[in-house]
Parts: sequence; structure tokens; C-alpha cells
Amino acid sequence: MISYKTDLIFDLPQTGGNRTYFDHERLSSNIEGWYDKALLREEKLDFPDLSEIQVVRHYTNLSTKNFGVENGPYPLGSCTMKYNPKVNEDIVANPAFARLHPLQPDETVQGTLKMLHLHEQQLCAITGMDAFTFQPAAGAHGELTGVMLIAAYHRDRHDDKRQVMLVPDSAHGTNPASAAMAGFVVREVKSTAAGTVDMEDLKSKLGDDVAGMMLTNPNTMGRFETDIKEICDLVHEAGGLMYYDGANFNAILLHVRPGDMGFDCVHLNVHKTFSTPHGGGGPGAGPVGCKDFLACYLPKPVLQEKDGVYSWDYDRPKSIGRMRSYNGSTAVLLRSCAYILAMGAEGLYDASEAAVANANYIFTKVKDHFDHPEGKPMHEFIIAGTRQKDEYGVSTLDMAKGLIENGVHPPTVYFPLIVHEAMMVEPTDTETREGLDQLVEAFINVAEEAKENPEKLLEAPHNTPVRRPDEVKAAKELDLKA
Amino acid sequence: MSVEIDVRNDRVYTKTHEWVLVEGDIASVGISDYAQKELGDLVYAEAEPVGSELSKGDVIASVESVKMAEDVYSPVSGEIVEANESIEDAPDQLNSAPYDTWIAKVKLSDPSELDELLKPDDYRKLCEEAQ
Amino acid sequence: MSNYVPIAAEERHAMLREVGIDPASLFSHIPEELWLKRQKLDHLAEKGLSEQALLKLFDEAARQNKNLDDYDSYLGAGFYDHVVPAAVHHLINREEFLTSYTPYQQEISQGTLQATFEWQSFICRLSGMDVANASMYDGASACAETALMAIREKRKSNKVWLSAGLNPEYIECVKTYFISHGFEYEIGELNEHGTSAGCYPKEGGYAAFIIQSPNFYGVVENLDELSKAAHDADALACAAMDPVAMGIFKTPGKAGLDVVFGEAQPLGASLNYGGPALGYMCCTNKLVRKMPGRICGRTVDRDGETSYVLTLQAREQHIRREKATSNICTAQALLATAAAIHMALLGRQGLTEAAWQSADKARYLHDELLKTGLFEEVYDAPYFREFALKAKDGLDLRALNKKLLDRKILGGVVLENNVWLLATTEKKDKAHLDRFVASVKELAGKEEK
Repeated sequence: MISYKTDLIFDLPQTGGNRTYFDHERLSSNIEGWYDKALLREEKLDFPDLSEIQVVRHYTNLSTKNFGVENGPYPLGSCTMKYNPKVNEDIVANPAFARLHPLQPDETVQGTLKMLHLHEQQLCAITGMDAFTFQPAAGAHGELTGVMLIAAYHRDRHDDKRQVMLVPDSAHGTNPASAAMAGFVVREVKSTAAGTVDMEDLKSKLGDDVAGMMLTNPNTMGRFETDIKEICDLVHEAGGLMYYDGANFNAILLHVRPGDMGFDCVHLNVHKTFSTPHGGGGPGAGPVGCKDFLACYLPKPVLQEKDGVYSWDYDRPKSIGRMRSYNGSTAVLLRSCAYILAMGAEGLYDASEAAVANANYIFTKVKDHFDHPEGKPMHEFIIAGTRQKDEYGVSTLDMAKGLIENGVHPPTVYFPLIVHEAMMVEPTDTETREGLDQLVEAFINVAEEAKENPEKLLEAPHNTPVRRPDEVKAAKELDLKA
Repeated sequence: MSVEIDVRNDRVYTKTHEWVLVEGDIASVGISDYAQKELGDLVYAEAEPVGSELSKGDVIASVESVKMAEDVYSPVSGEIVEANESIEDAPDQLNSAPYDTWIAKVKLSDPSELDELLKPDDYRKLCEEAQ
Repeated sequence: MSNYVPIAAEERHAMLREVGIDPASLFSHIPEELWLKRQKLDHLAEKGLSEQALLKLFDEAARQNKNLDDYDSYLGAGFYDHVVPAAVHHLINREEFLTSYTPYQQEISQGTLQATFEWQSFICRLSGMDVANASMYDGASACAETALMAIREKRKSNKVWLSAGLNPEYIECVKTYFISHGFEYEIGELNEHGTSAGCYPKEGGYAAFIIQSPNFYGVVENLDELSKAAHDADALACAAMDPVAMGIFKTPGKAGLDVVFGEAQPLGASLNYGGPALGYMCCTNKLVRKMPGRICGRTVDRDGETSYVLTLQAREQHIRREKATSNICTAQALLATAAAIHMALLGRQGLTEAAWQSADKARYLHDELLKTGLFEEVYDAPYFREFALKAKDGLDLRALNKKLLDRKILGGVVLENNVWLLATTEKKDKAHLDRFVASVKELAGKEEK
């Protein structure tokens, strides 16, 4: 890959060649003079003055410094970097969907509402829930919405002592952060050596102050919580509700459903499970589903259908209110709806089987080269760089950088926190046979290299657009704008 | 791999790796050599404001490295009478000279709390076990 | 083989056997009682659709929508239909921007990182503020995060003052985020001119004063007054600012505001029926560690070359867990990239001209509608691209909007007390506006009896 030099957009030669993007027409006299001078901008707006080709080249060249799903294997654990179907981009680019204002009358957006309603039904079927809200803009936002529903439920019952949210110590950091943001006190539940919930510890943490428990299943160790029924029963008996974090939902599509396991509400990451693009860090969407008894607390408005006519219902007296403006990230949700339609029940079932098969295939081939937790992986597996670290002084971070030189994206590193030097590998269902074998080879290569040529890994990567950035300098000498 | 940990004999310690050096009724509080090694290169540190009334175990400061953020807990109860502002601009002092860099000074409200803190030998043992 | 899964089941099973795994064992540890009985699924077809069938289905739905290419719209209230250069859409659809993850592996994410750094720089140049973050979900949630941030900063207070000129959806969002914490908010009045001047509380005890400018009714607020009033009361001065308006109006940085946030959809994002949106947030250097969200910083790599990283991560949920500044992780990177591209293409001239034209056309429309005699002003203060008019003599705005729809016009947002909120941008031309006014005159006349 050629690495293009990319100065900041502000440092390009100022050509003054701005293209005219709209007609210049003024209708009232001297608009500039209409405002009190005290209201107007004093300093010159310091934007660059560039020709279109300069701007287009700049951002095209910048884009080539990214590694995307279409460049090669992207086994980022817990992120489900599956292929983003092209047709979905075409669907949402259609002006009939893209050029709708959020406050248009319902009667003028029936096509969009119809597809959103269908999407709600799809998600209910897949999760075993009874209703969904599309307001949450991302997974973390969905978590916050979900635990707010739990808070609203207890508040409505005047059960005010329930201030504690149980979270496994293996959980992703967003779980405790979301619980805290919803006003809960976080109580950690220990994991067993195999990475599942420690039942004895759970029992000791239950009480009449427990509002609920947040859980991922398969969990962040990639293990299915086989005691899930009992976990749900215990929490329910203690008066708490069960929250399903959909981070790992790709492992179990149409095999098992959160609703049947005993969960009361769930959030899904459509940018993981349902193939909408990650966009370098958003926009995603985190729809939240719940059982009937929680539906009255969902954010308002709620989409409803009557005799084939769709509308937004604002009359929801028990609703928690609003998580954001308007009605959700529609363009993202149309993509996930299209994905589910293209897959069908059969395809989704198959996708989970493929995701689990692919992870097991790679794991079996690489596991002897690394330390790893015991147990059976599902759609992702964990290997640890402890052996390499102790014996050759090569850390997991060094091996991740070495993987880049093998043409693949590194896995998630140093997560979950309860495994030292962890690498979490999720090849997803859309990886090809060549891609899987390339990953196997890459992992074995870096394990060998750690032994044979550790210096090379300590210096890796060599041939990327930049080499390892100095993060300490970045955090100490904050330089956040130009 | 075991790394040498410096433990000074002139002061007392907590299980959470803070140190306390007492002069009269004023206790200087800092983080130990073990703590700074665990945290790695510190990029930010900030003490609670002067005048804060703390109970033993309250947060007295927070410190950050690139990948970690930790609260520093006050080993004693009392009022913060002085906060070391130089650590905000130069947090690396806490790495290079942890025992010469106090974070805050607390006017002791209950000097008997000092008896509950770890003596240097006990703290040394704690660090060895932690390794 | 199902759609998008490249390895067919038979080959997959053969691969597994090759490494000694029984394909039937993959899910065998899941308790049998949990297995899904597939026949009970409604609303989920067994078979997937071909691409052709999928496109047909969405085309049919598309035909039931009435979009702004075909309809002349005066809707605003937070989302605005500005001209977006064609190049924006093309560039953000490059797969390297579109399909990559949050830039954790910096060496192979410099594209997103530098674009984010440029977005932060553009927003700081626009607002005059010290620092901006990598983006928020939208304006409303950014408002709630601002209120929480202020309470984190001003530890002794758990109350904020919100201007009645804030978008009502922003206020609702603050309310939702506040419920479980027991934090309080108070909604201030607007004065007769439609601004917050003279309405700010004099007493202390508030963590922040939060206003919007131009406010929900389109009126431009005086930021100096906010700044003085808030600081006199030892509160943070915060405002939701329209990014296009910031190109021509006094910057919050110059006015000494502490936190500025808002909805940056008008910078290059499609309307998309309201989402995804693009929240932004900026603040003073002093507050940077209290700000939620991702922040990109510039540094050097091992060879001393300029490079970009996510920095100040110790504030965030993946490190601080329940003590994090917010639970936000991902925000709207792709839309922030689009906004940076949009600003780069428009340049200073383009952005300020779009702003002036929006204001110019709003004023023309405002005056022409007043001339019809059907409306009266709600507020007499200068507005930007949006304004509120009160219908006179029992003119029913909802009925009028319905009739306008038959003429392919989407009238303004109808507010309480028979008030019409109308927005324009540089996209409107005289012919459109004159036709709209003529239609209003004609249809309102018919409405009378």
C-alpha cells in the first residue's frame, strides 16, 4: 500500500477555488445590517479555501490509511465485524427514505413507518420480546435505556430500596457505567475460573435492594451461561429483573432467545449482529426490547399500527420520556431490517452456526500456541499472551501489532479484564475459508516470532502509515485541535 | 518477573498503596513506589480542593496513566490544608520521586487513626506478596 | 449457503470434522429446554430474499413516502435541509471510512483519526471554543450530557436552569436522564422579545444555565448576557448552538461560555427522518477532563512522524467503569467525517453565504406572510433561519397544513396556541417562497367559511 502524505486540511495550499454549491440569491435588503453588531461574529471564520479536487484527494488519501472489513479479516472480539451488504447502502440512499424530515406528518412517511414496524416485529420474533423502542443511538445508549426501564418499573411499584444493579466482573465497562448513569449502585458478581457466573457468589449478592442484573450470554468470555435459567429464577425470586446485553447475540440467533432464557429486557447492537456499518465509530443503533409488563415505560413516542395505518403514539403516561430527539437512527434501522429480510430465519440460524464454527475452527488450530481459558468457545474465543510475555518479554500488544504485518486486523486485546494478556478473537459468520486460514497462519506466525525474533515484534508494525504513536505524550501534552 | 520496590522507613502505608508522613498534626499523603510502578507513566493527577473535609477512605486525589485511572484514598480523616498543584502540570514527579512528591496535606482530626496504618516492614511484606 | 455467509453448511461441517470437532456439538452444551421451536415465529419469513426481491420490497415502501425532493418543506425545529455537496456522500461511502471500527489500532486507523482531529478543529474554529470531542449521539442527548457534566463540575449543586427557548425535546431528554439521580431542573421564562435576557436567576445554587441560540423559536440570543449571568451566579454558561449560525453570529468562545453543544446535522448529514443525527460538544480547556465522549489528539509515532490517537481515555467507561464521565463509547464518527468534508468543501465563503442566505430568505418569507394579514409576530427580536408566527382569527394551522400537502407543500411545525414555526435555508428561491405565500393566502381564505 502506498502511504500518502496527508497534511492537515488546514495546511493545504489555499487556492480559493471553492466550487459554488448553491445559487446566490438575496431577497431582502441588507440582511447583514439587520442584526445588532453585538450579536455578530467578530473574528474571521478560519476555514480553508480549497478546490473540490483538493478536498476529494485529501479525504480519499486519508481513507486509505484505514483498515476496513473489505480489506481483510477483522476478528475484533465482541465487535462482530461482519460484512456490510452493499445493497443496504443503496436502499437507504434512496431519496424516498433519505430525504424525509423527522417532523413530517405520519401520513407522508407510511413507507418508512411500515418498514420500522416490520423491523420491530422481526426483532420481537428473534429475541422473544414483546415490544421495541428504536430511540437508542448506540449499544451503550440502549443499555442506559434498558436499565432506566428497570428503574421505572421499581419506582412505579414504590419499591424504592432497589438501588443495586448486579454486574459480572467480566462485564464490558459500559455495563457498570450505564448502571451508574441510571443512578444505580453497581455490585460486582464474581466469575468462576471457566468465566461463567459464580452461582454461590451470586446468591450472596442478592437481596431486597437488588433492582436487577445485567448479563451478556454468551458472556464476555465467549461462554454460554448454561445456568442461565437458574440465574434468572434467582434474580426474579429476589425481586430483580434481568437485562440482556446483546453484544454477543450473533452467537445464538434463532438457536435460543433471551426471552426464553428468562430475560425481561434486551438491547441489540444492529451494527454488530445485523450488519450495519460501524463507520469508524458510529453511527450505530441500539434498539431496546422488553416484555409486555415493561412496555408502558418505553421511551415515547411508540410506533403503532391500526388497520394498516402507522402512526406515533405520544400518549404514554408511564414512559421514561425521551432518550434523544425524534424517533431513532432510521437510516441505520432500515439497513438492519433489510439484512434480516435478506437472511430469513433460515439464514440467521445459519449465520450463528457459521460464526460459532469459524471461531472453533481457528481456536482448535491455534490453541496450542497460546495459553487459554478452559471451556468451549462459541462465536469468539480467548487466547492469552501470558506465555509469550513471561518467557520472551513479548506482550499481547506487541503480538497485536505483529498481526497487522500479517495483513489481518488484530483481535480485541486486554479484554476481558479478568484474563491477563487477553486476546479475544471473533472471526464472524461472513469470513471466508481463505480468511480463516489466513488468520490461523497469522496467529501461529506471531507466536513463533515471539519465540524466534521477539525484537521484531517489539518494533512492530513497520510498514503501516504510522508506527506506534506515543500515547503518553498525547495524554500529557494535550494537542486536540489545529 | 520481580521488580525492586522501594519502601521508606520514615513513614506509614495503607493496603491501597498510599503513604503518610506526619509532622505535628499535619499528614502529607502520597502514593507508594509500588503504586506508581503498577500505574505506569502518569499523565494526570489532581488532588481534591483545599478545604475539603475528608473521612478516612474518602477520595483525596485521582491519578491517570494512559490506560488506567485510579482514585487515591485518604488514609486519615481531616481537612485538606494544602494541595500540591505542581502535580497537575508535572504528574511524572509521582513516577520519578514518589516519596518526595506529596499530593495533599491533611490536618488530622483523629491522630489515633495512624495506629491502624501499616508499618514499613508490614507494607514491604504486602508488596512482596502482591508480586 | 445463506445470503452473505460465504462458507456453505456442508463445507463448514467438513472443515470442523477436519479439526476433530463434531458439527453437532457446537451448541450441544446449551440446555435443551431453551432451544427455540422455530415454528412459533411470526413475522419472520423462513427464507431470505434475493437482492432483486429485497429492492422491490423497499421500492414499494419508498413509493408510500413523500420526500423533500418532491415536496416544498418549511419544517425545521432542529433538523434543516441545507445544500450538501455531492462529494460528501461519495467520500464517506468509501469502505475504509464506512466499515472500519472505532480506531483502537491507531496504526491502521489514521484515516478516521485524522478526519476526527480535523472535525474537532473545524468545530473549535466555528465555535471559538478550546476543545471539541469526537461527537455525541445528537443534540438532545448532548444537552442531557451537558447538564450531567455541569453537575459533576459544580459538586455542590444538583440543579440546572434550562431556558424555555431550548428545543422541547432537549428538555425532555434532560428530564429523562435526571429522573433516577434525583437531580433537579428549572425551566426559565422567555421575555417578550423571545430571549432569555433578564430572565436568568440571580441566586446561586445552579450548576449550569443552559440556553439555545438561535433558540427553538429561531430568535438569536445574546451570549454575553448568558455568560455574565451564569458566572455571577457561579454556574457554568452553556448553550446549544446551531453550527451554521455560528458562522455569522458571535461565537460562544468569544462570549466566554463554558460548554457548547448541539445538533450538527446541518453540516452535511442527510435528513434520514431524523436519524442518525450528529451531536457535538465543546468546552474550555479547564473542563476537558469532565467532558464525556471520545477525544482525538495529535502526537508523534516512534519515528517522530505526526500521528493521531484517541486520548484522555482514562475518563471513559472501558477503563473507569461505573466511575466514568459517561457510558458513551461509540458516537457518530462517520457523520463527523462527513461534516469535516462538508466544511472543507464549502469553505469560509460557502458556509457563511449559506448562513446569510438562510437568514435572508427567512426574513423575506416572514415579511411576506405578515403582509397577508393572516398572522402576527410572536416575538419581535431578530431571528436566524426560522421564526414563529401566530395565526389570527381562528385560522386552523393543522387544517391549513393538510391542504398545503395537496399542493406538495410541507408547511411549518404547528406549536401550541396556534403558532407556526417555519424554517428556510439557502435552498429556497423566490419562486418557491412566493408560491408558498400565495398558497397560504388562497387556502387560508377558503378556510374561513
